[in-house]
Amino acid sequence: MNPAPSIIVFTVASGAGYGLLFWMGLLRPLGLVPSSAGFGALAVGIALLLIMLGLLSSTAHLGRPERAWRALSQWRSSWLSREGVAAVATFAPAGLFFVGVIGGGGAFTTLMGLLSAIGAAATVFCTGMIYASLKPIRQWHHPLVTPGYLLFGAFSGAVLLTLFAAFWGAAAVPAAIAAVLGAAAFILKRAYWSSVDAAPPVATMESATGLGFIGKVRPLDPPHTETNYLLREMAFRIGRVHAQRLRRIASLAGFAAPAVLLALALPFGGALGGIFAFAATGLALVGLLAERWLMFAEATHTVALYYGQEPRA
Amino acid sequence: MTSLPTPPPGAKKLGLVIDLDTCVGCHACATNCKEWNTSGHMAPLPDRNPYSAGQEGVWFNRVHSYEAGEGEEGRTVHFPRSCLHCETPACVTVCPTGASYKRAEDGIVLVNTDICIGCQLCAWACPYGAREFDDDAGVMKKCTLCVDRIYNEHIPEKQRVPACVSTCPANARHFGDLGDPDSAVSKLVAERGGVALMPELGYQPVNRYLPPRRAPKPDAGPPRDPGPLPSQITNPLLRWVDKVLSR
Repeated sequence: MNPAPSIIVFTVASGAGYGLLFWMGLLRPLGLVPSSAGFGALAVGIALLLIMLGLLSSTAHLGRPERAWRALSQWRSSWLSREGVAAVATFAPAGLFFVGVIGGGGAFTTLMGLLSAIGAAATVFCTGMIYASLKPIRQWHHPLVTPGYLLFGAFSGAVLLTLFAAFWGAAAVPAAIAAVLGAAAFILKRAYWSSVDAAPPVATMESATGLGFIGKVRPLDPPHTETNYLLREMAFRIGRVHAQRLRRIASLAGFAAPAVLLALALPFGGALGGIFAFAATGLALVGLLAERWLMFAEATHTVALYYGQEPRA
Repeated sequence: MTSLPTPPPGAKKLGLVIDLDTCVGCHACATNCKEWNTSGHMAPLPDRNPYSAGQEGVWFNRVHSYEAGEGEEGRTVHFPRSCLHCETPACVTVCPTGASYKRAEDGIVLVNTDICIGCQLCAWACPYGAREFDDDAGVMKKCTLCVDRIYNEHIPEKQRVPACVSTCPANARHFGDLGDPDSAVSKLVAERGGVALMPELGYQPVNRYLPPRRAPKPDAGPPRDPGPLPSQITNPLLRWVDKVLSR
């Protein structure tokens, strides 16, 4: 599948934003992150900024962005529509939560924070289901895809929360959470890759053409001599060497290294801990962008079978 | 509404039956499809760089050619690919706006280009590559089963079939109601063992493809009597006749 930059930026940015919002909503009432107005404004403000940046980026993928509001109508059948509804619905408690944390609010702010956390999780769940529900793309139609989106969002949000909390010298809890989630993300992504690498193709050239009863099918003449929309969008191919390298970048730089750095930041704390948190944030961002790029680039669509691309290619 | 409709009792399932045995790969169906539809229901079908390198455009019908099998069993098969108007089309249910829909009365899958936002999720959801994006209009386009021909009372009744069907010089394309077991197309599918493409994905395509007929195996039969050897023919005249006829 074509790794469109608009969707990669959207899912990484809004994933981190919702993750940050989730942890703020959950940890603030428990007193596990600084409760000052400044910290609240920074953390929830950045979360909302990332979410809006992501949603704005996603509209760049639309042919008619001015009609985007119509996407809220078909929530009965469409995960994309459900994602839109969840995203819009989450803005209400998240906006009130933002105002509440600046005002140092009490029970109402806590309630808005919890509702924001639920909304954030629901939105990212819908994002994952958009991909996981597409049967023609076997690398997406996989039971670990939606848990992956949730885990990677929660992880990147926790990393950002650690970075901000480090300025207040109170990063221990978010750092511990981020380190655990980073390790979990590393394990999940490796398990996902070994599973999709071993899985059989969803269809073959023989079943795509119905000609398997004659024997092995191979392309003779393509229907057109130049490229087309289908080939550009759904027959994107990535070199094996690049894929292996990017997988290492995603899993080591994106998940393992930040987890280790944040675990180290725990005993050190202070300025050194802050530097570790800063490095972890940078690495996680690079790794997540690589992970999301690969999520598209490595995904194969059954339409490529008609153009003679082997199902595993 | 992108939820799938509940077809009323006796609703038609209009679709195509494509005979891979007689298709000669001439691309006339694809060409006439483009010709009709670029001024039809989903018009226009854009073309980029039509007269220079890098030409490409939106087509609802594409004709692939394949080789299948090896040696004497091997076949060259021309394979037109277009929307199969599935019974459970995910391209419809994934649509967030209601632009993509399946008609209850005849099962045709269409796009309302007035409300399509061009998110292209439907193209990802279609296993068959039936949907192509119109970059100019920013909306998705697809085969309409020539909905603007088949019910069109302004054209002669004989022409009220999809453009691809009307133009096929090999009579390899058939149009009809595949929901009616007594229709001509249903009988053809039953008789020739018509197949659905990628049934394992569960989209339940309506269109059927008739497989190429197997080439008749050379019938060995009982060994033919080779007759007497030339040396066994004693009469010189008959021996000469045998020699001439054996050439």
